[in-house]
Amino acid sequence: MKEKRVYNIWFVVPALIIFGIFFLLPILISFVFSLMNWTFTGMSWAGLRNFKTFFSDYSMTIGIKNTLIYAAATCIFKVVLGFLLAVFLTSGIRTKNFLRSVAFFPNIVSTIAVGITFTALMHPSKGLINKALAVIGITGPDWLGNTHLALGSVIFTDIWKGVGVATIIYIAGITSIDRSYYEAASIDGATSFQELMKITLPLCRPSMNSVIILALTSGMRCFDLIWTMTGGGPGFVTDVLASIVYKKYAAGYYGLSTAGNVIMFILIAVIAIPLQNWLQSREEV
Amino acid sequence: MKRKVTTLIGDILGLIGAFVIFIIPFLFMVVNSLKERTEANLLNISLPSEFQWSNFVDAFSAQNYQILTAFKNSILLTLFSVLGLIVVGSMAGYVIQRRRDKLMGTLNALIAIGLMIPAAVMPTIWLLQFLHLYKTMFGMVLVEIGLQIPFTTMLYRGFMASVPRELEEAALIDGSSVPRLFVSIVFPLLRPVTATIIILNACTIFNDFTNPLYFFPGSENVTVQLTLYNFMGQYSSSYNLLFADVIIITIPMLIVFIIFNKQLVEGMTAGAVKG
Repeated sequence: MKEKRVYNIWFVVPALIIFGIFFLLPILISFVFSLMNWTFTGMSWAGLRNFKTFFSDYSMTIGIKNTLIYAAATCIFKVVLGFLLAVFLTSGIRTKNFLRSVAFFPNIVSTIAVGITFTALMHPSKGLINKALAVIGITGPDWLGNTHLALGSVIFTDIWKGVGVATIIYIAGITSIDRSYYEAASIDGATSFQELMKITLPLCRPSMNSVIILALTSGMRCFDLIWTMTGGGPGFVTDVLASIVYKKYAAGYYGLSTAGNVIMFILIAVIAIPLQNWLQSREEV
Repeated sequence: MKRKVTTLIGDILGLIGAFVIFIIPFLFMVVNSLKERTEANLLNISLPSEFQWSNFVDAFSAQNYQILTAFKNSILLTLFSVLGLIVVGSMAGYVIQRRRDKLMGTLNALIAIGLMIPAAVMPTIWLLQFLHLYKTMFGMVLVEIGLQIPFTTMLYRGFMASVPRELEEAALIDGSSVPRLFVSIVFPLLRPVTATIIILNACTIFNDFTNPLYFFPGSENVTVQLTLYNFMGQYSSSYNLLFADVIIITIPMLIVFIIFNKQLVEGMTAGAVKG
């Protein structure tokens, strides 16, 4: 078959044009704009001044730290909990279809709605979480008002909302494992824990890699949940890169906002791309 | 016998866990959307002493029926973006999976980057202004398509691997043209993954807050997530209306979920696992 004629390159062109103009081009332009002093009044060359301003201000450098904590924590929990949930939901239990739908359900609810609901559940005096803790004699803290806890509370909510997608990806991987491996293992007298560690875990590695990259990168660009639950507060202790980009944009510091955006791109690129290459090289062994 | 007991315990624990962790927050939304204002502001999960259905009417009529405009905008945005994504994504995924050459390698790398990196805010606004597309539905649709193309193409590319080439060869021998081959033979075979793509993209775009916030501002351009966000600021002491609004704007995606739920895992298997 004449491959090049049948699989015509024109099929790719519409997707490439839209992706190129409305996604790739702005990213390339952002590197130039981040070197501009750009406000409501006009634009002038600023060199690296925006980056210097960014890195000299603690209210902005904390965003880098928080972004990394947020991404790492949500990623680790989604990878581990998603796997355990998927193993549970592919076992012989009868309610698995119902439970799968339940675990995926938070995904169809918008992040803003989830943020509003959990802000109410985490209310320091009236919230259900602290009322439940009071029953067993614990005085619950102010989950979103305490500077040490606020980021963790948003991370918890993010995991609650996102673990369903991780689970679905794992379920897809686990159900495509050839059943004969398990039959052979049980004939040889393997325990179910051995089956889990020696068959399920290694053979669903491709889905695990998808979950790792997806969870990590979506954690690094998270904005709406933090914005709804804390607005970056108290003060700026829960600000992440994406919320700083928005704050600077809203205040009219367009150059600084774009510099924050570029820092975010670079951070994602230097962490996620090598990680993906490494994960893929392990997959092929 | 022992196995039956273990799975039964698993069922029970699973149901209890699901109830506490996942179902309680939703019950909380539902019961509070039906309470009278002062009762809802207590933020507890008891049944309403009196079902106040008028909350939903109030949530609709708030701010001069702004939610109707928002529904129109969000539904049109979701519809056009998802349709566009199915068309351009299926075509791209088809050829990228079938051809193995250098150019396709580059495109695969672009897909990987596109999956990771978010939109560049200010340059996108600048570009949309330059093209006179800023604050227009058309511009917003193109931005959403651009953002979701990598994910959509990845799923189609993965699923194509399970479609045998023999069908295409047979059709070509019968004298079918290439576009016709794609439309009448290949595309119908992609139905399972198309269902997955519809549910996932529809949820992402309908529930998108960040991108419309930046690229689609203006009171006549408001989307449902933005009305909910504005509501949060203005009705922070009327949780009944806030949760009524949450319920109202969740219903469209609930319907999509119920229709396409069964095909979700099937399509995922192809896309995310086989890559």
